[in-house]
Amino acid sequence: MFQNLPLFPEQASTMAPRVDALLYFLTAVSIFFASLIFIFIVVFAVKYRRRSDAEKAPQIEGSIPLEIFWSVVPLGITMVMFIWGALVYFDMSSPPAGALEINLVGRQWMWKAQHAEGQSEINELHVPAGLPVRLTMTSEDVIHSYFVPAFRIKMDVLPARYTTIWFHPTKAGEYRLFCAEYCGTLHSGMIGRVVVMEPADYQRWLGEGATGTSMAEAGAELFRRLGCGVCHRASDTGQGPALAGLFGKSVKLEGGGSALADEGYIRESILEPHAKVVAGFPPVMPTFKGLVSEDGILQIIAYLKSLRKEERARAER
Amino acid sequence: MNGERREHYLNVNYGVRSWLLTTDHKRIAWLYLVSITFFFFVGGFFATMIRLELLTPQGDLVQSETYNKLFTMHGVTMVFFFLIPAIPAVLGNFLIPMMIGARDLAFPRLNLASWYIFIVGGLFTLAASAAGGVDTGWTFYTPYSSIYSNTHVALTVVGIFVTGFSSILTGLNFIVTIHKMRAPGLTWFRLPLFVWSHYATSVIFILGTPVLAITLVLVGLERIFGLGIFDPARGGDPVLFQHLFWFYSHPAVYIMILPAMGVVSELIAGFSRKRIFGYTFVAFASLAIAVIGFLVWGHHMFVSGQSVHAGLVFSLLSFLVAIPSAIKVFNWTATLYKGSISYDAPMLYGLGFIGVFTIGGLTGLFLATLGFDVHVHDTYFVVAHFHYIMVGGSVMAYLGGIHYWWPKMTGRIYPEIWARLAALIVFLGFNLTFFPQFVLGYLGMPRRYHIYPPEFQVLNVMSSAGASILAVGYVLPLVYLIWSLRYGAVAGKNPWGARGLEWETGSPPPTNNFDTTPRVTAGAYAYEKEPGEVYSFGKTAHV
Ligand code: HEM
Ligand SMILES: [Cu+2]
Repeated sequence: MFQNLPLFPEQASTMAPRVDALLYFLTAVSIFFASLIFIFIVVFAVKYRRRSDAEKAPQIEGSIPLEIFWSVVPLGITMVMFIWGALVYFDMSSPPAGALEINLVGRQWMWKAQHAEGQSEINELHVPAGLPVRLTMTSEDVIHSYFVPAFRIKMDVLPARYTTIWFHPTKAGEYRLFCAEYCGTLHSGMIGRVVVMEPADYQRWLGEGATGTSMAEAGAELFRRLGCGVCHRASDTGQGPALAGLFGKSVKLEGGGSALADEGYIRESILEPHAKVVAGFPPVMPTFKGLVSEDGILQIIAYLKSLRKEERARAER
Repeated sequence: MNGERREHYLNVNYGVRSWLLTTDHKRIAWLYLVSITFFFFVGGFFATMIRLELLTPQGDLVQSETYNKLFTMHGVTMVFFFLIPAIPAVLGNFLIPMMIGARDLAFPRLNLASWYIFIVGGLFTLAASAAGGVDTGWTFYTPYSSIYSNTHVALTVVGIFVTGFSSILTGLNFIVTIHKMRAPGLTWFRLPLFVWSHYATSVIFILGTPVLAITLVLVGLERIFGLGIFDPARGGDPVLFQHLFWFYSHPAVYIMILPAMGVVSELIAGFSRKRIFGYTFVAFASLAIAVIGFLVWGHHMFVSGQSVHAGLVFSLLSFLVAIPSAIKVFNWTATLYKGSISYDAPMLYGLGFIGVFTIGGLTGLFLATLGFDVHVHDTYFVVAHFHYIMVGGSVMAYLGGIHYWWPKMTGRIYPEIWARLAALIVFLGFNLTFFPQFVLGYLGMPRRYHIYPPEFQVLNVMSSAGASILAVGYVLPLVYLIWSLRYGAVAGKNPWGARGLEWETGSPPPTNNFDTTPRVTAGAYAYEKEPGEVYSFGKTAHV
């Protein structure tokens, strides 16, 4: 009979038990304080009810020790909440190294995921159980928000900016995926599912959808077609800096300062090349706005990341 | 008083003109009362439609587009045209001059102008609804509102912009009045807590509202002239809007709750015949909430992509703002100790307020806890939380206040039995409506969803059932209060045996509030003394 009345969301990620632990703690503290207040109110209300209309009440000014007591105790308890909550939040914001990387583009009204191996899927996300997954997300139009209740995670997906979210699924199964930031007419239709599979099943799934071209390969192809390589040669001999090994490094900028070469930096350099000019190079790069889609930029980023991996492999050799 | 007709503010003159051109703060309070009651029921109508739609998981009552307009217009109407003005513009307007022994507010014509501005703003917004509505949510997040929405955003924004001036002017009027027009002997620490809370609220009105006004102008300009302030395609920043919006709108939630706390302080003191325990702590708690309230806006943005460090700071400050609220709850509870407590309807609302405000405030702590908020942000958990504060808290206090001062405003007493019944129905209906939403939110139902997965249905049905009970609780007072205008028993000047200058003049009061200037010799809530020992009125004291 209560099939339609779940009272607790499924726990399917390493984060879920941690958020639930917070829930238990917060609820226990709340029940304690709420009961305390309710009991006092009821007891006073009964004990001190007015018996005759002429009755007077003794006046009590207040009590400074009491005021201090009931300010300091809640302060102490809330600081525990603050620190505990902050620790969980900090881990939610720090993807572990070596997570499986997947790109995600949100738009009115669908989620488009692209796996490194080249598969893309709409309103679904297939991932292996037991491995941390990191999504790099952007939006093609308004703000959306990626929300998987069973994983207890959520992150806004913004136009012209990359945000990331990560999770470590623990249990194979299908979980609901919602858009949590109001995004227009079909906002409530922007739902999908995350399919967590046993690693072997995931490999099989990857193979079935294989397109033959990975994200990085598609990026390399775009890089060639857009003519990026004319300036960005393998060494710093072109009009522009060499890009191999760039990703994740700090870049010195013209006029002082530096920038971290992350996804956002690369996107900006493609669309707004004059916003941050690399020291020692003339500001001659044209913008590629309108010539390359959000998906395309993500592919180019994947390509540049792959160059970094090759570079590292070469250095180790 | 027998037989002889006593002149008071209601019968000095008659006719529509005498009302529409009045500069009497008490009549202006009535203008507001009638108009915001209208807006409350308009907003209530939208809420009814929303709850009816959510009875089933499919979108079978209205289209998605209509649904989005319904929750937007519900939010806009309730927040900007009901909750923000409700207590300050009705009860504050009526009572502040009387509580401090003044004849009127400092700027009576400005007060009337504020009402007209409010009405003009309201008409713009109603026009936007009539022309087809808006679908952005009351938060107007960009770039959806500034570029993508095809609805009447500009018109609605103009309405809210205009109404903002009404708030600013009312705040200004209150501040000057409280500074300059207190009766002789009425020092700051003899003021009723109602006045303190309105002072704190007025500070927020003046400092916060202009930021909202500018933000909305920018949205309007971006829509009409294509400025690139929030549009990332033109180099703008969509998150900038959220900072500007919440910089006003978080303090705005304190605009809704501080005056309510002021009302509750009066109710608790009046019906337990006691001075509020820790008076100065409660007074300063209002100011502390107003000040710290300006520093916590980022807690609405924990998952917006702002930096982890910003999140930490905003979380910490949010916990700090909870402390003064907790202090107030503890002090109200302690006030009951050894009181002489009676359970007239206003007191039932007052006690109900403490109950629901406690739950609303405690769940605020849940939301301020970073790791927890990520999961429940933008879900029904948040909807439940802010309804506990705004509907459970502010509306209940407002109803309690209306009942408490009704005899003063009208000279009549409402039927007590019906009023107690209504208070009970409101309390039960309210909890049945909103408590299930906490569970719904934790399960993961996002807010602003027209169609939802079937596993959420049972809780939604409970909520809709509660809403229909709540609706009965809101319509009842409308009926018996109007009934009492004609058939209610005549109230004396002080039907509750309360202390406070407003109870020392006739019910209804004369146009000038007092015939001679009062003089005050003791603090508020001096229940140990007789009124005659606290207030003196010169030789021609009004009887
Ligand atoms: C005192 C009166 C209060 C009022 C009137 C109030 C009102 C609101 C409203 C209207 C929202 C919803 C915003 C939206 O549309 O997303 C909200 C959210 C929130 N409130 Fe309160 N609140 C109050 C007290 C508190 C307290 C004491 C705290 C913290 C200790 C708090 C913490 C929060 C947080 C963190 C959020 C953001 C939740 C989210 O968006 O995920 N509130 N509140
Ligand atoms: Cu969306």
